[in-house]
Amino acid sequence: MPNTTAYNILRLTTCGNVDDGKSTLIGRMLLDTKSIMEDQLEAIRSASERRGIPGVDLSLITDGLKAEREQGITIDVAYRYFSTAKRKFIISDTPGHIQYTRNMVTGASNSNLAVILVDARRGIQEQTCRHAFIASLLRIPHLVLCINKMDLVGYDEKIYQSIVDDFKDFSSRLEVQDVQFIPVSALIGDNVVHRSENMPWYQGTTLMYHLENVHINSDLNQIDCRFPVQHVIRPRSTSFPDYRGYAGRISGGVFRPGDSVMVLPSGFTSRIKSIGLGEQALMEAFSPMSVTLCLEDDLDVSRGNMIVRENNLPTSGQDIDLMVCWFNQRALQPETRYIIQHTTHEVRCQVKEIRYKMDINTLRRVTDDPNLGMNDIGRVRIRTTQPLHYDSYRRNRITGSVIFVDENSCETVGAGMII
Amino acid sequence: MFSYNLDHLRELEAESIFVLREVASQFERPVLLFSGGKDSIVTSYLARKAFYPAAIPFQFMHIDTGHNFPETLEFRDAWIKKMGVDLIVRNVQDSIDQGKVAEEKGPYASRNSLQTITLLDALQELKIDAAIGGARRDEEKSRAKERFFSHRDEFGQWEPRRQRPELWSIFNAHHLPGEHFRVFPLSNWTEEDIWQYIRKENIEVPALYFSHEREVFEHQHNLYAVSDYIRLGADVTRSRKLVRFRTIGDMTCTGAIESVAMNIDDILLENAVSRFTERGTRIDDQRSETSLEDRKRSGYF
Repeated sequence: MPNTTAYNILRLTTCGNVDDGKSTLIGRMLLDTKSIMEDQLEAIRSASERRGIPGVDLSLITDGLKAEREQGITIDVAYRYFSTAKRKFIISDTPGHIQYTRNMVTGASNSNLAVILVDARRGIQEQTCRHAFIASLLRIPHLVLCINKMDLVGYDEKIYQSIVDDFKDFSSRLEVQDVQFIPVSALIGDNVVHRSENMPWYQGTTLMYHLENVHINSDLNQIDCRFPVQHVIRPRSTSFPDYRGYAGRISGGVFRPGDSVMVLPSGFTSRIKSIGLGEQALMEAFSPMSVTLCLEDDLDVSRGNMIVRENNLPTSGQDIDLMVCWFNQRALQPETRYIIQHTTHEVRCQVKEIRYKMDINTLRRVTDDPNLGMNDIGRVRIRTTQPLHYDSYRRNRITGSVIFVDENSCETVGAGMII
Repeated sequence: MFSYNLDHLRELEAESIFVLREVASQFERPVLLFSGGKDSIVTSYLARKAFYPAAIPFQFMHIDTGHNFPETLEFRDAWIKKMGVDLIVRNVQDSIDQGKVAEEKGPYASRNSLQTITLLDALQELKIDAAIGGARRDEEKSRAKERFFSHRDEFGQWEPRRQRPELWSIFNAHHLPGEHFRVFPLSNWTEEDIWQYIRKENIEVPALYFSHEREVFEHQHNLYAVSDYIRLGADVTRSRKLVRFRTIGDMTCTGAIESVAMNIDDILLENAVSRFTERGTRIDDQRSETSLEDRKRSGYF
């Protein structure tokens, strides 16, 4: 069942301001991988014409809504799809200016890789640091710094190298495991899909080659067995009178029939009788598979419980420290109550303390501000009404993350990563 | 050396099943909107996998414009029986008879946009809090901005500027009375993924998707089936051609393409070399540049 040569999915997010050429880069990737159809090209050509742009403006490929085309801005995250012979790609294309943190955090939360664009003429800017910080905070495993608009600096190696050095200096303060640097011109197409002949000094790969080959099999936690129960399946039918299965998506580790497991919070133990997916019985299942587990013993298990291995337990607790990104106009304040959604478990919480706020432009901690406003990021301590069974976000992005929901408006107002 | 790595179809399947189970757990009265097209067929197939060996824990709903291909309706009824679920049918004709909507007149009139009213009325009447649909983000530019759990206000409207952030795989289904959600389990699938999955799992689809001979006419560079439901312009010529349909809406809005594809391998091959998008054959999308966005905002599928 495990496969060494699977055709798999790479989820990536692109970060950069309008002027960095982000839309042009995405347009270039789609165009050069032949992912744009004639009718789409025709629509872009006539839109370019209406705006008085000669030829075809590649950046218009990513425009979606009416207001975006009218105002030349991007609202909200959009998803793009393309594939090559090696991989399927899902791009979360996040707008550069409005609601930046909120959108980038959303796009980053499911990504294997982030492409950060830098304008070669301007070098590392405050916003480059902000993008890199968010990528590291959300623990995107792979980072690519695309130094764009190389055509506008005469394809100068020295300029490229000094930007690389500046970024390395800065990123030593972040936790980023894998960074690649690629000099490109999205407009002309240098080193995006096709190798550039204008930069013979660059010995590395093109962006597309890197995206097709970067090793992502280790991005998920296949060590700590975690199975948040999503739904209890009880057919009570004549064919399956006593069947009781626990449906869920494996959030970590590998499960096999015969494994001894523990159910949290009850602490009851049993063995896995069988693992099913539809009518198929599986000999093993791993993250991120959606399966149904049947246990040897009849236990009281319900949605929000977690099935784990006895010798490898998550942390259980009610006092939890998190890094929180806030999305709402109404600031996060101490003593306020929220709904917390953690895996399939829902509890209420009270905010106990805002320990500090990050100034994401300088990476300094601000301790004299009692509120976490919209698009702020800070360290917060909460107390939950019931224990959560969690891992640190660093260890597991699924069992280490929560969202905050406002009890009155029902909106998602914040995202938290457990420390 | 083994590596624990899912191929793209199994990863997409796992994601969609997770979403379907979240719907069953987080909502009180969900329905699955079933049109008889390949995307709603795959959605319902995944629903059966998600809850096996129990029955699918929600009803299906079809908004019937009254102008459907007879092949689609025949397939629909057989498929519903096979899935062992209840089907709710709501007719656009009833909304017309009740005076809630006015039928378009003239050549190429379509009931496509009238469906929205019939759908919203049905959701309200049955107190549906989640309507599962087979829409995919790769279909169209406004759909590219959709969430898995897409919030609708008390008028059933979509407001793209005010969408909830959706992080990791945590879905927030909380809503105020009268509001509902549209849920799109196939958000991350492409047309190619759908056909590859249909082939891999050997899923039945209506014969309309394969090459067959049919009387058609040309309109705005597309071919359409001649039927009693569509009034042709004066200078239109009819002909018999070998065609198939890439998407299936009703007969008034779905274009055909010339094709000799007899099986799914042929379809995948033809689509791979096609220079046009899947929805390029939909009249309903071509009325204006933002046709689908406008309909989506007002509560369309």
